[in-house]
Amino acid sequence: MRQSLINEGAMGRNLVIRRLGGIGLWLNPLFAYFFLWAPILILVLFSFNNSRSVASFTGFTLTWYSNILNNMMGAESAFSTEIMLNAFRNSLFVGTVATAISTVLGTMIALAMARGRFRGKPLLDGLLFLPVVIPEITQAISLAIFFKVVFDWVALMSGERIFPGFHTIIAAHVTFNISYVAIVVRARLADMDPQLEEAANDLGANPWQAFWRVTFPLILPGVISGALLAFTLSLDDFVITFFTSGVGTSTLPVFVYGLLKLTVTPEVNAISTIMMVLSTILIGISLAIQGRTASRA
Amino acid sequence: MRQNGFLLALPTIAWLVVFFVLPLVIVLVVSFMSRGRGGVAELPFTPAHYERAFGIFSIILWRSIGLAGLTTVVCLVVGYPLAFFISTRRRRLVQQIALFLVILPFWTNFLIRTYAWRILLGEQGTINGLLLSLGMIDEPLTMLNTQFAVLVGLVYGFLPFMVLPIYASVERFNFRYVDAANDLGANDVRTFMRVVLPLTLPGVLAGCALVFIPSVGAFVTPDLLGGTKGLMIGNLINNQFGGSGNMPLGSALSIVMMAVVMLSLLVYVFANRRDAGA
Amino acid sequence: MKESLLLILVMLLLAPAALAQDMAHEPWTCPEGYEGQTLSIFNWSTYIAEDTVPNFEEACGVTVNYDIYESNEAMLARIRQGNPGYDIVVPSGGTVQRMAEEMLLIPLDLEMIPNVANVIPDLLGAAYDPENEYSLPYQWGTVGVGYSTEVFPDGITSWHQVWEHDGPVAWLDDRQTMLGIAHLFLGNDPNSTDPDEINAARDYLIEKGGNVVTVAADDGQVLLERGDVDIAIEYNGDILQISWDCECDDYAYAIPEEGSNVWIDNLSIPVDAPNPELAMVFIDYILDAKVGADLTNYIWYASPNQASIESGYIDEEILNDPAIFPPPEQVANLFAIIDVGAEAEELINNAWDELLIFLGQ
Repeated sequence: MRQSLINEGAMGRNLVIRRLGGIGLWLNPLFAYFFLWAPILILVLFSFNNSRSVASFTGFTLTWYSNILNNMMGAESAFSTEIMLNAFRNSLFVGTVATAISTVLGTMIALAMARGRFRGKPLLDGLLFLPVVIPEITQAISLAIFFKVVFDWVALMSGERIFPGFHTIIAAHVTFNISYVAIVVRARLADMDPQLEEAANDLGANPWQAFWRVTFPLILPGVISGALLAFTLSLDDFVITFFTSGVGTSTLPVFVYGLLKLTVTPEVNAISTIMMVLSTILIGISLAIQGRTASRA
Repeated sequence: MRQNGFLLALPTIAWLVVFFVLPLVIVLVVSFMSRGRGGVAELPFTPAHYERAFGIFSIILWRSIGLAGLTTVVCLVVGYPLAFFISTRRRRLVQQIALFLVILPFWTNFLIRTYAWRILLGEQGTINGLLLSLGMIDEPLTMLNTQFAVLVGLVYGFLPFMVLPIYASVERFNFRYVDAANDLGANDVRTFMRVVLPLTLPGVLAGCALVFIPSVGAFVTPDLLGGTKGLMIGNLINNQFGGSGNMPLGSALSIVMMAVVMLSLLVYVFANRRDAGA
Repeated sequence: MKESLLLILVMLLLAPAALAQDMAHEPWTCPEGYEGQTLSIFNWSTYIAEDTVPNFEEACGVTVNYDIYESNEAMLARIRQGNPGYDIVVPSGGTVQRMAEEMLLIPLDLEMIPNVANVIPDLLGAAYDPENEYSLPYQWGTVGVGYSTEVFPDGITSWHQVWEHDGPVAWLDDRQTMLGIAHLFLGNDPNSTDPDEINAARDYLIEKGGNVVTVAADDGQVLLERGDVDIAIEYNGDILQISWDCECDDYAYAIPEEGSNVWIDNLSIPVDAPNPELAMVFIDYILDAKVGADLTNYIWYASPNQASIESGYIDEEILNDPAIFPPPEQVANLFAIIDVGAEAEELINNAWDELLIFLGQ
């Protein structure tokens, strides 16, 4: 009351600002959600368009989907359904192996950081943080040069030439995944009471038993979240894979890149739609798993 | 486990040293080597590539920094109110759905999300089609292969990186402070500037860093949307490993880019520290 | 100019050949002993027929990895950085010479490639590989302009129309060709190695490139088809492929009268190829009359295969298309890219980087 007496003008201005702010606070999310969803929905919509145009929707068709299944994908024979499925298999293989290795390594270092007592932890913090913030392309070319140097050296020493392939892609993926897994698991460990382990030790469990019986079940949701994150990053990665892949080991994003560059056909929209549906299903499954493990823990 | 904590960390440290630190050291060394026959690195050492990187290539370097900065600003302007909106939903379920709607599009492959803008922005794309049929324009607008297209693509690509950290900090924010400020006679603008913004600043700073860093080094977005006018430093680095065949120059360019990223991280750390100290 | 002279001879010989009748032809058979092996091919984009690779896989019982690249330089960079495991690459003439000199190619064993007899004799022993030690021709073609016939109803006859067009244009990421075209206007040798001339060509292109929206990595035809550009400087077959795909007259290809680039692409085996024997079997397969004809019928480039042409397997429409088999007087006006040596290569690469930087200014 006192304020309005003293400063009625300011109050009135305040109301206008508040009214405008209120409208803005509704308009902005509307715009933002439209911005986020419109491109994807338009892509889906035009995958059903019965003309090749993306300028106007003229009618519904499933032609582009049946073309994908029937291997009719335009001029580039390199882009057959078989090659696409092969790239998808490669992606799953690389993703699975890289996730397995990086989950183990990431969890180990997270445990060491949270429970171990050794010097140089700040340095280690930095080492774990860097792969997250370094530009993708820098990491990509550094690995490309590194593998070249190593393979040249091996060829010089043994006369045998090693070719890049799944092993180089997987090594690269593990490298950028470790940090993410470690971050997620550390967050979980930070929430955990270390006395639980001490209690287990006091009750006569050896460290090994204490880990598997007490710590591991408690951090499991974090480990699973980390693994899912790693798997997703692995499936999505293009730049680093592009620079480290060998012959015949193209992953799905590398395949998609070539496709986007060299085809105008609406089949690309159809493939994109299928990929979106697949990844949505994947998220659904992963959320379900997370929900179940979280509620159990 | 507690006793040999370092042993537990050792395999991971070894992995990161071999596949992360060592490659970066090699890049640093190569960036000072001469361009040998066929574009590979050769002795003697020379600063020539850095001269070129800071010379003619700086045009594109500045463009990349500018575009990344602009991307960060746009993401902040769009993302801050959005994060506010999400975290102020009263019902937990609505809040989760609102958040989920931000994240879900980003589970789609990055390349496809970028490609979608090619469809939208093209000369015969959806936006031009719509505007022409509405009679709002007579000639298609040139939007693809411009810096505008790259900006849109980058904002689209990295917006959640802004929204999520701000959301986290707004969610922790106690709205009683706003009432208190109002009671003390502060108007809304003052309340926002003096109370809300400072308390959510950590989220804002984290968001800015998370958007700016990948934007500076972007390669896919300018490659698919930028054309000659939206060329960024990531494309030129890629060129040195492809057509232009100059590994040492490509290495020098990526070291310079890394330096830019490190500088922006330093800014972030200092801003955060000042904020925490204040 | 050696290659264009060769091709003129070829064109003169072709005239009667086109009239030849269909001959009985034994289908190509794979030599024994390759079942279960793998062949890895690194080829230009949109440069093979739909069934070329699957038929080969079936005939030999092998698996083929097929990757694509967008320029000689990109392929060269990949092989120079250490062959990642390819058995076949498809370099153009000048690049064959460069690669041979840098010992990046494995000598061919012509005994294993009996179909070498099918190649037009004049196309063997080209200056870039006089003994065909490292290469056998795959296809040949030209660089020109693909354009929208709606925007240019009267066609394009001069590079000036490209430079002066008020609308989006895509150039081709083929640095030696683009600089070579600029050299033509400046009165220099298209393969000039002189630093000042190279820089002058660069500046000429920067000056003329105000309407360039992208320097396309061999995907200019896609930009044209999508309507993002009105003109795309491209390889002839790529433009003809989209006309064929859309079954329309919306796009046309022309070689501007000032001249342009003519090239011969070749099958070669890169150093460290894991399976060079199977690679030679594949080269023999490609040089088969029927296989070669099917290839040409699909990708719309000119065939170097006399047997394919004489057998009548190649569509009349293609043999009579001046955009694919240009008349001799036009070929005389075209330049071939030669190996300019390591030093000039570096100058050209630097000039090209600078061009990319300044085009977008």
